[in-house]
Amino acid sequence: MSEAFNPLVASERARQAGQYAVLGTDRRLRLDCGVELGPFTVAYQTYGKLNAERSNVIIACHALTGDQYVTGTHPVTGKNGWWDLVVGPGQIIDTERYFVLCANVLGGCMGTTGPAEIDPATGKPYGLSFPVITVADMVRAQAMLLDHLGIKDVFCVIGGSMGGMQVLQWAVSYPDRVFAAVPIAAAARHSAQNIAFHEVGRQAIMADRDWHGGDYHSHGTRPTKGLAVARMAAHITYLSEQALRRKFGRRLQDRSNLSYGFDADFQVESYLRYQGSTFVDRFDANSYLYITRAMDYFDLAADKGGRLADVFTNTKTRFCLMSFTSDWLFPTADSREIVHALNAAAAKVSFVEIVTDKGHDAFLLDEPEFHAMLTGFLSGAARERGLLQR
Amino acid sequence: MNVVSPVARPRSVRFDLLLIADMINPGARVLDIGCGDGTLLEHLTRTRTVDGRGIELSQSDVKECVGRGLAVIQGDADQDLSDYPSGAFDYVVLSQTLQATRNPGQVLEELVRIGASAIVSFPNYGHWRVRWQLLLRGRMPVTEILAEAWHESPNIHPCTIRDFVELCGRLGITITRQIFVDRKGRSSSGGANRRLANLLAEQGLFELSRRG
Repeated sequence: MSEAFNPLVASERARQAGQYAVLGTDRRLRLDCGVELGPFTVAYQTYGKLNAERSNVIIACHALTGDQYVTGTHPVTGKNGWWDLVVGPGQIIDTERYFVLCANVLGGCMGTTGPAEIDPATGKPYGLSFPVITVADMVRAQAMLLDHLGIKDVFCVIGGSMGGMQVLQWAVSYPDRVFAAVPIAAAARHSAQNIAFHEVGRQAIMADRDWHGGDYHSHGTRPTKGLAVARMAAHITYLSEQALRRKFGRRLQDRSNLSYGFDADFQVESYLRYQGSTFVDRFDANSYLYITRAMDYFDLAADKGGRLADVFTNTKTRFCLMSFTSDWLFPTADSREIVHALNAAAAKVSFVEIVTDKGHDAFLLDEPEFHAMLTGFLSGAARERGLLQR
Repeated sequence: MNVVSPVARPRSVRFDLLLIADMINPGARVLDIGCGDGTLLEHLTRTRTVDGRGIELSQSDVKECVGRGLAVIQGDADQDLSDYPSGAFDYVVLSQTLQATRNPGQVLEELVRIGASAIVSFPNYGHWRVRWQLLLRGRMPVTEILAEAWHESPNIHPCTIRDFVELCGRLGITITRQIFVDRKGRSSSGGANRRLANLLAEQGLFELSRRG
């Protein structure tokens, strides 16, 4: 169904349609796994204008299957960017005021170096020889991009889900470079349940005979079936039981009776199949393995013996955390744990739990209370930063 | 569900907030529990350059506070105090909220643990008007400051000034300052007769600390 999709071609198109930087030529990026990576490419997008003081930078961090195309038309999918509702001229993150930067994460497949890229050492795609990366590595690459662009510090780092993990990592790795941090629907460590879901997705990919041990590029195949199943399973976790009931219930798809077979009798099945089939037309299976792994490995307090408060000691960053009542992937308890640690570290922190039935994906959707809180926090912080008149 | 902040703060609280503000030294670290829409915190930040934090149950109030640039978390006094380290604040303020907590004794102990000083205000159920209503009508009192009917009130643990003083004594908490606010918003402090205050004060305002 998706023979036309080629990750390398898509990646190149995404790179050319936007901006990219080749980094790590002088000094390579030392990854958590010990490998030194370089040179490597980071594809990114910017929206708005950098002001003279270079003080209006907002870094948006994308989630697992997102990319640098935050708003506007995506050059590969033709769809709107993932945060079209939030970022843009006159929007909550007003690109007439802020300079918004979003980079495709390391290991991704929209122009930043990842497993689908050609390994300069072998002339062949990396496949599974690509080093395992972490959320901290992703953030290191973004910090190198900022250095490259001559940007010292940022007004705000913001993102949901894995984007929220990057936000937290930014605040911990580069506390002096981050004025405000907004981790949304995030956690300080990936939970056992979430690692379990990721493992199901990865096993689905690896069980696809077209995967070829990750070397599908040289076999001229793509593990689309496995990747679609991975996406279907994951997609359920992004929604909520209430939302599924509201959207689909037990309604049948294009039929009035059960088929007594294994067609997509139910609307919810049809919906999931559609989600799976469109996903494989924009995402590389190996990237999915690497990025889910990065999330699994995420544990902000691992170096501090699990004491989360210690990672935030003396932080000057203002934090604003938000969670959603129906999010069972990154439940409110995960955000509260971070809030409590920030309180223990005497940090400036705000937090609210948004009541919604939209589940984890609520941060991408039209959620007025969430948007109102975000607006409030950003304007409050912007006034303190001198970006808005008091 | 714990309710911390009374649904609507009584009118006279403006006065009560100003009294509280007067008790706080400039530049202090302050935690306002049940901070509502952030009126006190903003006042303190602006006029006394305090380093303020807030806790508030209502989502819309948190939103309001955050929009004012205040650092406020959605939470409540019963559950969210244990994570703060001891002595984290110079002042911890609990205004018009104690009577709505599930476990007032435990909350008071947390206040004096977290703050060098705790400032607590509450409506006095020993006020003559309250007694009068109960005595004469045999109905739960509804007054200006206790504005809701018994079944609508978030105030699950009402107390009198005498009750409060007795509880502090039992918990080994020292009362370092007391202010009694009457119906007209006039305050009297210090050596005033507590027994009389229990009859005439609509609100009690206390500064507390851990003994020793």
